[in-house]
Amino acid sequence: MSDIAISIKGLYQIFGKRPKKMLSYVKDGISKADLLEKHRHVLGLKDININIPAHKISVIMGLSGSGKSTLIRHINRLIEPTSGKIDVYGEDVLSMSKGELREFRRHKVSMVFQNFGLHVHKTVAENVAYGLVVQGIPLNKAKKNSRKWLERVGLEEFENCYTSRLSGGMQQRVGLARALATDADILLMDEAFSALDPLIRTDMQDILLKLQQELQKTIVFITHDLDEALYIGDSIAILRDGEVIQQGDPQEIILKPNDDYIVDFIQDINRGRVIRIRSIMIKGETVDGPNFNHNSVLEDVLPSIVKSENHKANVTNDSGDIIGSIDLKTVASAIARPAVEKSAETSYR
Amino acid sequence: MDFFAKFPSMSRGELRDFKKSVDGSFSEFTGEYGEAIEAFFDPLLWFLVWFEQLLLATPWPIILLIVGALAWAGSRSIKIATGAILAFIAIGYFGMWKDTMSTLAIVSVATLICISIGIPLGILMARSKYAQALVTPLLDIMQTIPAFVYLIPVVMLLGIGKVPGLIAVCIYALPPIVRLTNLGIRLVSKEALEAADAFGASYRQRLFGVQIPLALPNIFAGINQTIMMALSMVVIASMIGVAGLGVPVLRSISNQYLALGLLNGLAIVALAIIFDRVTQEYGKRLQKHRHGDHL
Repeated sequence: MSDIAISIKGLYQIFGKRPKKMLSYVKDGISKADLLEKHRHVLGLKDININIPAHKISVIMGLSGSGKSTLIRHINRLIEPTSGKIDVYGEDVLSMSKGELREFRRHKVSMVFQNFGLHVHKTVAENVAYGLVVQGIPLNKAKKNSRKWLERVGLEEFENCYTSRLSGGMQQRVGLARALATDADILLMDEAFSALDPLIRTDMQDILLKLQQELQKTIVFITHDLDEALYIGDSIAILRDGEVIQQGDPQEIILKPNDDYIVDFIQDINRGRVIRIRSIMIKGETVDGPNFNHNSVLEDVLPSIVKSENHKANVTNDSGDIIGSIDLKTVASAIARPAVEKSAETSYR
Repeated sequence: MDFFAKFPSMSRGELRDFKKSVDGSFSEFTGEYGEAIEAFFDPLLWFLVWFEQLLLATPWPIILLIVGALAWAGSRSIKIATGAILAFIAIGYFGMWKDTMSTLAIVSVATLICISIGIPLGILMARSKYAQALVTPLLDIMQTIPAFVYLIPVVMLLGIGKVPGLIAVCIYALPPIVRLTNLGIRLVSKEALEAADAFGASYRQRLFGVQIPLALPNIFAGINQTIMMALSMVVIASMIGVAGLGVPVLRSISNQYLALGLLNGLAIVALAIIFDRVTQEYGKRLQKHRHGDHL
């Protein structure tokens, strides 16, 4: 078990004139719709309990209005919660004074925004250096120190351009470089790639994964796109109407969805390309057949299993030792979608 | 029925007493504090006189050179710089050099005062909705009340002269810069501000690093408007003893001198056009980052 970087406990967010008063109604179980209709308050987040592991990518996923962007803004306290507790590396974020909070934001946590949040009156290099300038480093030195990040995202030749001259993907690379330049361990990414077109989005996901391999930051990534969540997430929490309805390993969410909403959500994904054989193998068994790395996806192993005589294969860990086995039946049943009794009302899309 | 035919107003005597008491208490206030207030404005008077003398004492070719250089520095346009020099040559040729220098002096000083009061006031309004609720009606009054009305207390308090003229010009010219500073800061995108917050910017870093730079084009439009309004007050200010192009205009109204009035009026127009074009071009250059073509 890796260390917990961010721990969120019993977090509530109620929007309206008297949120504190509404809190007791919410704790007594009033529904979001009733709260809005009877009391004119909006339930933003309800009893959120999440532990975010250090040095991993944790994805928080939900459709629009599910409260995911609100949730991520609590971690650096851009939004004050109605009630709850947020610890970052054991430090209580909510009890910080204004000055402490500024220092916390300057050094411990940085952020990437959906609409980039770049400063259009500054050049690319000045934007990337912004976090360092805010820390009190003189502009020229800050530019020099942050230049390597500009190079890492491949924009060094645009350093003196204004950001409005760049395409969306390039602007977000500036946003990413700006966030990395402060050397903060925690990176909050609020739908960072959602505004980009699909090809560029895949590019950016690859850039992020490549950087992460080397930097090992603690990343909280917000998205509404399940494919994106599955592609980059080490763990996923699914949010609906301000509540976490399932969290855990992406494999587990696909194989054991605990809610119709999630079943509905995962309907359209290509299971063969997402499910890894380690999640369905029978542990400890060795069979007569080809060997596959435990992180292989079903699609990669299926042809050889079909071709092999006994329709079986071994699963190996990264060092090549056999740790289990799979057969055609387990693979086939993993690919089959879970049955849903779906009527028009229960469809969430 | 008599009640509906005539509006029930104060009686003539009551009204007279009311007016008398207002006039009386203001006279008393003037008697008590007039000198102190005059002394308070002395440095301003000294500065205005010094600046006017400086302009008048400088040989005209040097003034022409400075005008051309400033116009070019602001607009980066040879056309505008040449136009400015030609306009000043024409002004000098038609014998209005001295009055033009006086007008330039008062407009420059008034603009400086308006900027140094107006920008901080605009920032305050953008920061607090209470300040905005308080200042907005004041600005409305300053912009719409006939200039002659506030000339009365100013003259009662400070007499006839340059300082009351300067104050009258400032009252009239201040609102646009305040309004546009406020507007400019309020229009700064939420995203740019949220990014500043997320990286831990302090209030000052937010204000000077993000809000003011992004509001600058609007603030500059405000400065432009302030200059225009200051120029248009020149004639009224000359009624209470401010030297400049307004004086001959007034003289030609009372004596029906068409040519004199026209020439001086056109000189004011020429100054206005020069100021306007130079500041507008400068304002456009400030927002060059907005006109980037996509790659």
